[in-house]
Amino acid sequence: MLNEKNDLAIDCCLLAGRLMIESGAETYRVEDTMTRMAISQGLIGTQSYITPTGIIFSLGKDGSTRIMTIRLRITDLERIALVNQISRKLTSLEMTIEEAYEELQRIASANLMFPMLWQIIAASIASGCFLILFEGTWWDVPAALVAGGFGFIVVTLIHELTRVKFFAEFLAATVVGFIAFLAVLFSVGEDLNTIIISGVMPLVPGLLITNAVRDLMAGHFVSGVSKGAEALLTAFAIGAGVALVLSF
Amino acid sequence: MTWIIQAILSFIIAYSFAIIFNAPRKQLVSCGLVGMSGWLIYSVYALVSDDTVQASFAGAFVVALAAHILSKRLRMPMIIFSVPGIILLVPGGLAYNAMRHIVENDYLTAISYASKAFMTSGAIAMGLVFAEVLMQLIFKYMRKRKTISQMS
Repeated sequence: MLNEKNDLAIDCCLLAGRLMIESGAETYRVEDTMTRMAISQGLIGTQSYITPTGIIFSLGKDGSTRIMTIRLRITDLERIALVNQISRKLTSLEMTIEEAYEELQRIASANLMFPMLWQIIAASIASGCFLILFEGTWWDVPAALVAGGFGFIVVTLIHELTRVKFFAEFLAATVVGFIAFLAVLFSVGEDLNTIIISGVMPLVPGLLITNAVRDLMAGHFVSGVSKGAEALLTAFAIGAGVALVLSF
Repeated sequence: MTWIIQAILSFIIAYSFAIIFNAPRKQLVSCGLVGMSGWLIYSVYALVSDDTVQASFAGAFVVALAAHILSKRLRMPMIIFSVPGIILLVPGGLAYNAMRHIVENDYLTAISYASKAFMTSGAIAMGLVFAEVLMQLIFKYMRKRKTISQMS
């Protein structure tokens, strides 16, 4: 009986950890959440080792140790908030471990993302607004709207098709550059540079950059360095894509 | 007038990025406000001191401060508010210029742009961390005062 209960608690902690890392939470927060959830179930002295690609979670001297692999990494802030809520409820004893596990599984299978169309429109509008903030002219806004929107469509489609993130970002940056080039060629736009800069802004790995530094500062060097490497590769892919267009 | 336009545009950008990053629907407006405050501080500072690196530090500091206060008040992870806000400060233009000069075989100019971009991202990171440390100290102090006043 005791073992079964412990097993469920470990499953619950691991699932919560996996969901948070997949959605892009900071490593130290994941560790903190898992420890709190374990303590609320009477498991003292648990140890966890968390990297962006996997979690090792152990109950200590007499308990079992489990590993969870993480293959997917996206940015989904709502999921982080939901898992956080469950962990709060569990630690304040508003929820039993069985309920929490059920709820976590529901979150894991649910698709909470905004509709694709909304995201594309948001990316497109953000690009248009960036153009003005980067001291572009109002005349260039339509080109930036189109470039930003298409860049986002390409990165999502290619990523779903090939599962290679850097290739998708490379192609998307190329498309953005190409659209900006066409716009200037047909004199719909004036300044090629500002259009390209604002067009690639939705592809910038903002979450990775902030998280990499915060993980490093919290002493999670493995996660910090690997997230930094991912951000650097993304930046390089975007740069290479733009450079390809510019070199013609 | 330019300030009003900048405020509105930066609000819209942070709001759209909150949609792309799938922030909880009720918090979209506060994400936008965090981004707006960060950008306004950044542009005022850049205008006054003419140093974009320091301005990025100030902007990131304000973003993290606002995100921290909101996260304590609404009992949600801080990351929800800070990520859409920080995007506005990312040195996209500098990185682009560095890349362009590399393609044009003008490596010296490229390196100067790249170092500036690197410094700016370092400043953003320092701003985030400084704000966090400051808030932790303040909360610790407040908690201590609370327990003392309860004891007496």
